[in-house]
Amino acid sequence: MEILSLLGQGVLLSLQPLNLLLILIGVTLGLFIGAMPGLGSVNGVAILLPITFLVPPGSAIIFLAAIYYGAMYGGAISSITLGIPGASTAVATTFDGRPLALQGKASLALVTAALASFVGGTVANVLFTLFAPVLAAVALSFGPPEIFALMLLAFATFVGLGGDDIPKTILSICLGLVLGSVGFDQISGAPRLVLFDISGFLHGINFLVLAIGVYGIGEMLWTIEQTRGEVTTTTARISVRGMLSDTRESVKRGWKGTAIGSFLGFFVGVLPAAGATPGSLMSYGVAKMVARRPEEFGKGHPGGVAAPEAANNSASTGAMLPMLTLGIPGSPTTAILLGGMVIWGLVPGPRLFVDESEFVWGLIGSFYVSNVVAVAVNLAFIPLFIWMLRMPFTILAPMIFVLSIVGGYAATRDMHDMWLIVIFGFAAFFLRKFDYPLAPAVLAIVLGPIAEPTLRQSLLLSSGDPSIFFTRPIAGPITIAALVLIFLPAIKLLRRGRGKTMADEG
Amino acid sequence: MTIERRVFLGLAAAAMLSVAPLQAVAQEWQPRKPIDFVIMAGPGGGADQIARFIQSVAEQNDMTSRPLVPNNKGGGSGAEALIALANTNDPDHTLLVTLNSFFTTPLRQENLGIDITSFTPIAMMGVDPFVLWVHKDQGISTVEEFVEAAKAADGEWVMGGTGKGQEDSIVIAFLAGAYDLRIKYIPYDGGGAVAKDLAGQQVMATVNNPAEAKGFYDSGDFVPLLAFSDERLPAYPDVPTAKEKGQDFSYYNQRAVVGPPGMSEEAAAYYRDLFTRIYETDAWQGYLQSESLSPLWMNAEEQRAYWDTQITRHRELLAAMGE
Repeated sequence: MEILSLLGQGVLLSLQPLNLLLILIGVTLGLFIGAMPGLGSVNGVAILLPITFLVPPGSAIIFLAAIYYGAMYGGAISSITLGIPGASTAVATTFDGRPLALQGKASLALVTAALASFVGGTVANVLFTLFAPVLAAVALSFGPPEIFALMLLAFATFVGLGGDDIPKTILSICLGLVLGSVGFDQISGAPRLVLFDISGFLHGINFLVLAIGVYGIGEMLWTIEQTRGEVTTTTARISVRGMLSDTRESVKRGWKGTAIGSFLGFFVGVLPAAGATPGSLMSYGVAKMVARRPEEFGKGHPGGVAAPEAANNSASTGAMLPMLTLGIPGSPTTAILLGGMVIWGLVPGPRLFVDESEFVWGLIGSFYVSNVVAVAVNLAFIPLFIWMLRMPFTILAPMIFVLSIVGGYAATRDMHDMWLIVIFGFAAFFLRKFDYPLAPAVLAIVLGPIAEPTLRQSLLLSSGDPSIFFTRPIAGPITIAALVLIFLPAIKLLRRGRGKTMADEG
Repeated sequence: MTIERRVFLGLAAAAMLSVAPLQAVAQEWQPRKPIDFVIMAGPGGGADQIARFIQSVAEQNDMTSRPLVPNNKGGGSGAEALIALANTNDPDHTLLVTLNSFFTTPLRQENLGIDITSFTPIAMMGVDPFVLWVHKDQGISTVEEFVEAAKAADGEWVMGGTGKGQEDSIVIAFLAGAYDLRIKYIPYDGGGAVAKDLAGQQVMATVNNPAEAKGFYDSGDFVPLLAFSDERLPAYPDVPTAKEKGQDFSYYNQRAVVGPPGMSEEAAAYYRDLFTRIYETDAWQGYLQSESLSPLWMNAEEQRAYWDTQITRHRELLAAMGE
C-alpha cells in the first residue's frame, strides 16, 4: 500500500503543468529523434541534456525520460515506412514491419507498433513499481558467465531466422561476428582488426552503420533492381475505420508477440550491459519460435512487429531500474542520464531510492504518464507517416539515401562511417542476390560484442574451465536451454531434407 | 529567400556591431563556431561525466559565446581521440578532455605516431585518486586482512578493473608486486561495470575512483581499505594511504583539458582564461569535493613539465607490468 501512495504522489507530481508540458514536448521530440535513422535516444538525450539545466532536477529527468520513451516509439516509424531502422532498438521491427508496409498495410504495422509499445511500457512500469528492489538483486547476481549464457540463448532463438540454408546462415553470423570484433580488444587492451590502419576502425563498426547500410541502401538497391525503376509506392490509405479494423487485427495476431516482448524485454533491459537492442531482437526470435506458423514471420506478420516494439519500450523502463536502484547504467542512454543526475547534484547509488524518494517516484510516476502521452501522440501522427509513404519512389528513394547517409554520420560524427554505409549497402545487395540471409549478421554484430568479452571474462574466472557455464546456479539452466534450442531445430531441419523453397528473409 | 537573406545580413551586421566595441577594447580572440569538446572515453564514464559537468557550468553561467559540444571518441583506449586532435583542421575550435590514457595510449600504441608533447596545455581541472575497495560481506576491514585473504586464496583472488594498461591495472600491478600477491585480473569495459560486479560479488576487490564507488559506499556495501593518494582523502578520513603503510606510491587519474597541436596563442589564452573561470566557480569546487577529486592547479608551463614526468613514470610502470 505504501508503494501505491508513493506512486500516486509521483503521478500527481508529473501531472503538474510544467512537468506535463515537458513530457509532451519530450515525447514528441523523442518520437522524431527516434524516427530519424541514426539519431537514437542516446544522441537525443545527450544533445538535449544542456537544456535541462534550466529546470529543477525532478523535471529535468522527467523530460529526458520522456525523450527516451518517445524515441522507443519513434524508432518503429522509419523501420516500417522506410525500411531503415530509426534506432538500433528498432532493427527487429523492420523484419516484419517493412513487408507489411510493402503490402499496403503500413497502418496495420504502425498501429501494432504503437499498441505493443504501450502494453510493453505499461507492463514494465507495473513490474518496476512492484519489484524494483528484488530485481536489483537479480541484476547483481548476473556476472559474466550468466550474461554469456543469456547471449547464447539469444543466438539460439535466432537459429531459424536465416531460413533453411544452414551453411549460409552460419556464414552470415560469422560475418557479423568478425565485423563486431573490429576495433578494440577489451580483454588484452589492444587495438585489433584496425583494417588498413584506418583510424575510423578504432571505434569499431557501429551496429547502426551496418544496419543502415543493409536496410537503407541495400534495400533500396534491391527495390530498384526488382522493379526496374518502375516502382510506385503502395496504395497506403488511412481512415478512422481502417485504423479501428487495424487495431482489431493487431490485437488478434499480435497479442502473443506483445506479451513475450513485454516480459522478456523488461527482464533483459534490467540486466546491465544488455539493454533494449538485444531485448527486442530476442523477443522477435522467441515470438517466431512459439508462433503457430513461424514461416509467416519475416513476410509481414503483426506479431513480428509487436514483439520487438513491446520489448524495446519495456526494456527502456527496465534499464532505468539498475540506474535508480544501484546507480549503474542498464543501457547507453541511462549512462548519460546518470551523468545528468550528477550535474543536478544527486548521488546515484543504492541510497537514491531512500534519500531522494520524491525524485525517484516522480520519475516512476512520469513513466506512466509519458506512456499514455506517447501512444496518443504516436497514433495522432500515423496519418502523416502514411502520407509520406504515398510519395512516388522516385522521390522517396533519394530521401532514403540522404537519410541513411546523414543518419550514419549522426551516430559517430565520422565521415569514415558514411563510406562504410555505402560499402555495406552494396555488399548487402550482392549477398542478397546470392540468397544469403542478412538478419543473422545484424544480430551477430549486436550480440557478439557483448558475448565475446563475457565469454573470455568467464574463462579467466575459471582459469579456462568451460564447466563454469554449467555449474553456476543461474548460468547452468540458461546454457542448457540454449544448447537444446540450438540443436533441436538443426536436427529438425536436417530431417526435412532438401527440395523445400528457401524462405527469404531480409 | 531574399527576405531571409536580408534578415541574415541584418543580424550579421548587428552581431558585428555588438562585437566590435569589445574587440576594440581587448583585441580578444573569441571562438567563431561551436567548440568540438572531444572526450577520450565513451558516453557515461568518468571522463564523460566530467566533460558534461564542465559543459553545464559553462552553459549555466553563459561563459562562452559559442557552445562546447561534447564528442565521445573512446575508441582504442582514446587513440581515436588523440588522432582526431592531432589531425584536426581547426585547432582553435577543438579541445580534449583527458585521462591518463593521454600518457599510456601513445606509449602502448607507438605506431600511432602521436607525440603528446606537441599538444597545447590548457587546464588541469583536478586529479582523481584511486581507492582499494572490498565488499562488506568479505569481512575485511584493513589492508593487512586483505593481504592475508588474497594470499590464502592462492591464485584465485579475483579483482575487476577496466583493462590491461588502464589506470586501475597499474595500481593493481603495484599492489601485487608490493605485497607479493597472485591476482586474477578480470577486465571490464568501464568503472561502472567494475563497481557493479563488486556489488554483486562477482569479483572480490576493485581499485575504483571514489566517484565510481561512492553510491555503494554510502549504502554500506563497499568498504574502502587503502587510498593511493598523497594525503588522506577528506571524504574518507579513516582510510590510510599507501604511503602511511610504508609504500612510496601514489597514483591519480588526470582530469585535464588539452588543446591540439598548433592551437594559436590567442585561442590558447582564451581557453586558459575560460577554464580558470570554470575552475573557480562554486559548482566546480563543489564537484571536486563531492567526487573526491584533488585540486592540482597548474599553469601551462607546469602542465608541460607534469606531462614529461608522467610520460617517464608511465613508461616505467608499463615496463614493470610487462607491457
